[in-house]
Amino acid sequence: MHRVPLQQKILQENERIAGELREAFRQHGVLCLNFIGSPGAGKTTLLERTLEGFPSATRVAVLTGDIQTEIDARRLRRFGFPVRQIATGGTCHLDARMVQQALGEWKMAELELLLIENVGNLICPAAYDLGEAAKIVVMSVAEGEDKPLKYPSIFFKAELLILTKSDLLPHVPFEGEIARDNAHCVHPGLEILQLSCITGAGLPEWQMWLEHRRAALNVRAAAG
Amino acid sequence: MHELSIATAMLEKVREVARQYPGVSAAKLGVRIGEVAGVDPEALRFCFSVLLRDTELEALTLDIQQCPCVYRCLECGEAFSLHDFRPLCPACRTADVQCVSGDELEFVYLEVDDYAPSTAATENPAGE
Repeated sequence: MHRVPLQQKILQENERIAGELREAFRQHGVLCLNFIGSPGAGKTTLLERTLEGFPSATRVAVLTGDIQTEIDARRLRRFGFPVRQIATGGTCHLDARMVQQALGEWKMAELELLLIENVGNLICPAAYDLGEAAKIVVMSVAEGEDKPLKYPSIFFKAELLILTKSDLLPHVPFEGEIARDNAHCVHPGLEILQLSCITGAGLPEWQMWLEHRRAALNVRAAAG
Repeated sequence: MHELSIATAMLEKVREVARQYPGVSAAKLGVRIGEVAGVDPEALRFCFSVLLRDTELEALTLDIQQCPCVYRCLECGEAFSLHDFRPLCPACRTADVQCVSGDELEFVYLEVDDYAPSTAATENPAGE
């Protein structure tokens, strides 16, 4: 019997490709954001409102992942920016290889912002680096304030928590302060935004966060 | 469940390494799974066995080494385990902590059956 030592990570291949993507984004000054949340959290609607708020000259593109259908891609294409659907066919998360293939012939030099909507899932996407600058966890007020404790990995890894559907607050027993405390138990200092894509409340703050994040990327790129 | 895609990555690695040892069979794969890696060892074992079924690797066994969760406080040096995923130092209550073990998802080894020395192994006439 001969034992071959293997000292490497099981997801090394994903990390290698994610590293290539990260480097390509860095070289071309592209801010890549990975939106992760349960099915129905409001990820697609959030991206619709986001794209709607961009001037038409904004160099933004979207990749949206689902197990089946082009439904989300069709919704997002209405705003005039490039959108591609990644249909995983059964895999419950996007991985770096899928993103690399979906980017295809898009030229990084022509983009400044890449928004990736992950498959609806609060668990598995947390483990797969897509080369993004930040993971954003999207959670609706209808999902309950205990979710950060129940699904700690994504709340720990996210740079921002967006609480969606705030228009439902009069109708659901959601304790916002408890939700925030739970999120900060798992991730002390996690930035939290609350908004409603129906009423528009909180959307200006989200747009401002995006602007600051893009500006910060440009500052880092200029310094580096 | 993502244990299936992790098991797929494991199978690809076994085949990749086995190609370097032609004519022998892979017998056992050792992996290290941390307590807070977000992977259920038994789900991983199940998925791996499903992938191996009816293949040339069906007899391959899986050795899962589980690593406990250990965090270390970067302020006071206290080592502690996470409870309920609350990364605060129990001694000084700071959040400036680092996971030193428990999030592993790693290959450790692949055991192959004894392989025959190469026909060109004249530099090792005694043989192994």
